[in-house]
Amino acid sequence: MLTVSHLTKSFPTPEGTRVEIVHVADFTLAAGEQLALRGESGSGKTTFLNLIAGILAADGGRIEIGGTVLTALSEAQRDRLRAEKLGYIFQTFNLLQGYTVLENVLLGMSFGPRGADRAHAREVLGRVGLGHRLDHFPRQLSTGQQQRVAVARALANRPRLVLADEPTGNLDRRNAREALQLIREVCRESGAALLLVSHDEEVLAQFERRQDFKDINAAARTAQIP
Amino acid sequence: MTLPLIIYRSLRQHALSTLITAGSIALACGLLMCVWTVKTQAQAAFTQTTGGFDAVLGARGSKLQLVLNAIFNLEASPGNLAWSDYEAIRRHPAVKAAIPIAVGDNLRGYRLVGTVPGLLTDVEYAPGKKHVIAPGGRVFQAGQHEAVAGSFAAAKLGLKVGDTFHPFHGLAFDEKNQHAETYTVVGVLEPSNTPADRVVWIPLEGVQTMSGHDPRAATDISAVLIQLRAPTAGFMLDMMYNKQGNRLTLAYPVGTIIAELFGKIAWFDQVLTLVAYLVALVAAGSVLASIYNSMSARRRDLAILRALGARRRTIFGAVVCEAAAIGALGALAGYAVYFVLLAGVATVIRAQTGVVIEVWRWQPILAWSPLALVGLCALGGVVPALKAYRTPVAETLAPLA
Repeated sequence: MLTVSHLTKSFPTPEGTRVEIVHVADFTLAAGEQLALRGESGSGKTTFLNLIAGILAADGGRIEIGGTVLTALSEAQRDRLRAEKLGYIFQTFNLLQGYTVLENVLLGMSFGPRGADRAHAREVLGRVGLGHRLDHFPRQLSTGQQQRVAVARALANRPRLVLADEPTGNLDRRNAREALQLIREVCRESGAALLLVSHDEEVLAQFERRQDFKDINAAARTAQIP
Repeated sequence: MTLPLIIYRSLRQHALSTLITAGSIALACGLLMCVWTVKTQAQAAFTQTTGGFDAVLGARGSKLQLVLNAIFNLEASPGNLAWSDYEAIRRHPAVKAAIPIAVGDNLRGYRLVGTVPGLLTDVEYAPGKKHVIAPGGRVFQAGQHEAVAGSFAAAKLGLKVGDTFHPFHGLAFDEKNQHAETYTVVGVLEPSNTPADRVVWIPLEGVQTMSGHDPRAATDISAVLIQLRAPTAGFMLDMMYNKQGNRLTLAYPVGTIIAELFGKIAWFDQVLTLVAYLVALVAAGSVLASIYNSMSARRRDLAILRALGARRRTIFGAVVCEAAAIGALGALAGYAVYFVLLAGVATVIRAQTGVVIEVWRWQPILAWSPLALVGLCALGGVVPALKAYRTPVAETLAPLA
């Protein structure tokens, strides 16, 4: 599903030099597989996810998602691939505050190949337990409910790969457990692969397959994000 | 669904600035359409208003003043003509009809015009249109203290058949200058949408011999309204009165003289138009400023949309369309501004001149002005759209991500 090889990304420093943040020689994730990457703050794991999502352009190397070489695509093509094949769950949910719960999910779908399917959006929101909050705005929901909306939005497009960046970082223990369980369940149900990054040992402990980010990222062993 | 939803939600989120900006556009659009319509309609109405006459003969002076006084019942008369001058022009073979008029009195601000009954019964003030007396009335008889009120004057003065009144001396109303004569209203004209509507018509002799008027001018008249047998005769009469003679003035052709007036005040019209254009530009600028200033607040939303798969051009298009939507809202409201403004202006013009501006009449400006403003606003949206286009997704989401 996901193959990464010799991926590099560096950023300029105020001193005028460049610091390498990501240098992943080899990384794979099979279809439907769920993997947790352990990484401390500043280890470059968010940058790694952004590169896989096509939000950032790599300096070098190769990312292949479901047979498509992401690193060979133009920015517009990466946008399309992201809308078609990826779901992204953020630590801070990144919900659109001016839009209702249903609209947040519909917007997530509308850039994808199937377009905004209202019935499916309702179904997915029902699946995450928010069928009765469709017309609420994010500010009217609890933190846990907001994360559920984010999960629904990421999965509404039936992605092949879900990226989750510290998805429970802003939740209390109980909500974190529930959210994680929900993410894993819906990914399993839809057959999507899940790549989750976290520094929370309790979260990491839930996964059968775990990996230290610094083990795959050579740059993390030598540098910190500025 | 996506683009309309993004635009709708963005407008809702910035409702106050949207309303204020759309309001300024509405004002610009309404003002632009109103200025244009008044200019074109007024010019057309004034130049086409001839009362059915080709020329006006009056005392030596300004042709424009002569036309304004005799045709539009505005301005003071430049002077009087002797009855013999009237007889001379009436008998001229090139003249089909000559109608004498005399002015100098008013009824509570509405002009009294002395003339012959034929003006109201025989003259076509426009092709195929003659004045019509409302049912129950009749035209005045020559030499009698009778009056026929124009429709607008009758409505404003509350005149109806059988009412009596005392005229007031002069063209401006002064209640101390009341004449002793008592006139009886014997008819009210149906609306003709011409300056005749705001006049009270009485027999020629009434004005000439009104108590207090100079008895030596008892046979004088203010002007002669002339219908020619052929248009070319006008140039011959023009030569005779204006170039070879030096005692009288012939205003011919009537429409051209009014057009010259508009030519003289063209600068005023240009200033108004310029002001309207400037207001439109400022309105478009305010769209730019309004959206641009809100870009910092919406950077995160735009980055989220991009993270969800929205392309740069989608974001660019959304911002431009939002600017156009604000323009469209303003343009729609601009129609309301236009109709209110124009109705007010039309009322004033009607009251002052008798010329009718048709508020509901279609004008091309009603289509292209709103469209141009929407386009201008969309153009104003390009700058913030470029800013949105360049929003770096990872950086914008990074601080909280």
